[in-house]
Amino acid sequence: MKVWATSTRWSLGMKMSLTAGLVMGALVAFSASHHAAADELRGTGDMGLVVERATGSLLVVENTTRTQLARVEGLGDLSHASIVYSRDARYGYVFGRDGGLTKVDLLTAKIDARVIQAGNAIGGAISQDGRLVAVSNYEPGGVKVFDAKTLKLVADIPTGSKTVGLVDAPGNRFVFSLYDEGAIWVADMSDPHTPKITKFENVGTQPYDGLISPDGRYYIAGLFGEDGMVMLDLWNIDKGPVRILDGYGRGEEKLPVYKMPHLEGWAMANGMAFVPAIGHHEVLVVDTTTWKEVARIPSHGQPVFVMAQPDGRQVWVNFAYPLNDTIQVIDTQTQKIIKTLTPGKGVLHMEFTPRGEDVWMSVRDLDLIKVFDTATFEQLAELPGLKPSGIFFTWRSGRIGL
Amino acid sequence: MKHWDLKVWTPKPVLKLGAFYAVLALVTGSVAAAAVAKDISPERKNELRYVLEQDCGSCHGLTLKGGLGSPLLAGKLTDRDATDLASIILDGVPGTPMPPWRPLIQPHEALWLAQILKSGDLGQ
Ligand code: HEC
Repeated sequence: MKVWATSTRWSLGMKMSLTAGLVMGALVAFSASHHAAADELRGTGDMGLVVERATGSLLVVENTTRTQLARVEGLGDLSHASIVYSRDARYGYVFGRDGGLTKVDLLTAKIDARVIQAGNAIGGAISQDGRLVAVSNYEPGGVKVFDAKTLKLVADIPTGSKTVGLVDAPGNRFVFSLYDEGAIWVADMSDPHTPKITKFENVGTQPYDGLISPDGRYYIAGLFGEDGMVMLDLWNIDKGPVRILDGYGRGEEKLPVYKMPHLEGWAMANGMAFVPAIGHHEVLVVDTTTWKEVARIPSHGQPVFVMAQPDGRQVWVNFAYPLNDTIQVIDTQTQKIIKTLTPGKGVLHMEFTPRGEDVWMSVRDLDLIKVFDTATFEQLAELPGLKPSGIFFTWRSGRIGL
Repeated sequence: MKHWDLKVWTPKPVLKLGAFYAVLALVTGSVAAAAVAKDISPERKNELRYVLEQDCGSCHGLTLKGGLGSPLLAGKLTDRDATDLASIILDGVPGTPMPPWRPLIQPHEALWLAQILKSGDLGQ
């Protein structure tokens, strides 16, 4: 099988000084040539995919050399696209806005399988055992579950609502929220063809996204329609969802939210969780033993992603339009903003290297991916990309909820 | 579980978001249809098209076929009045994630956006 590329060729990658045109040309030449010389083995642990949202393409990148290795095309409408990885970290499952579910092979930089599974989708998850990939859909509202190998439909869970915040949980379960219904459903996939669903109704108004703690215990949904979040303790699921951070902005007027925040990942450090407020330019800090608010950190704008470094020492925040040229860094010990960076207009996403020494950022309007040192805040590299948005490294493959 | 009423969406971004918006906000008024396209410079039109694709697109989809926000394809808007759509753009839809763009987009620009949405010709 000619699936491996020579590492020398791959690491030649792209030089930051090349113009976009040259890069495109080079990539084409590159992908034509590199399969031919498939004679060396390589691992995928330092690889990743970057979504190029407008062109429906992906960049295959390597974070050791800070280079891009190839471009994969033909993935449809990738606005808001997200990616999870197979447990062998070789395949990325790409969830496109247009309902496309695409399985991409990082080693060959080719599409391995692709289905259009709905009219309008919002994200997905892979099961604990790695056998099932689930997608949450706006239209028709619900969750569809596929065989991770073949992308054949295994189960269809209609919800009658836009479905958001889908994550995997231990026990081969998927947890998700119903935006229109204000509900949280837990689907036990022990028997993949007949999911067992537990439903919690009236949990709050307009849950817009959800996340699960890294240990897989707490599922938390953010509410758009009110100041607060809902938490479900999966170790004590019979207790049902409880409200946390209730009324965090009470008495204050809400500011317009020009981009919905994301609760991807779990910014947890020092026994505290850091989450974006909605309609308030603040990052909220919650004590994860009492689930009470312990601080609010005023921020540059409406936070979109609030992401902790792998060591939990610092939390990085990006912001909604029109203040999306800025990144702020919070010290989790003092809960103070210690650094404000302006990488450029349209900073859409951040991703840390596996142990967090570097952070990659997509700067959409500059058509660049920038890499910063998380300790010195120096810029280390920049890579060209076409309207880059989400950046997803393969270390996610072994993490619950990612 | 207690079930909360929807809070009424009352944006007041001007002071909090600083001088940039304050200046923009000074120019806002009602949606008077009078002068539209010809008052918008080609550069500003490009900016607005970019905002439409990228930033409206984050909720309505890059191709505007819908997401958390409703589809904004011409075929879905044929029966709609451009002035009404422009007011939605300016003031948002209270109780939903559709935000008021008044601090960032002027009334005649909103009307132009509504018109190009209705015509389906986004000029790209
Ligand atoms: C944060 C998410 C969000 C953003 C950003 C956003 N919208 Fe919306 N928009 C919505 C939602 C949600 C609705 C549906 C509201 C409802 O339920 O009535 C909507 C509705 C609309 C409607 C009314 C459609 C109809 O059929 O009644 C128009 C027009 C519209 N948006 C235009 C825009 C434009 C133009 C922009 C960019 C300048 C924009 N929107 C940005 C979320 C958003």
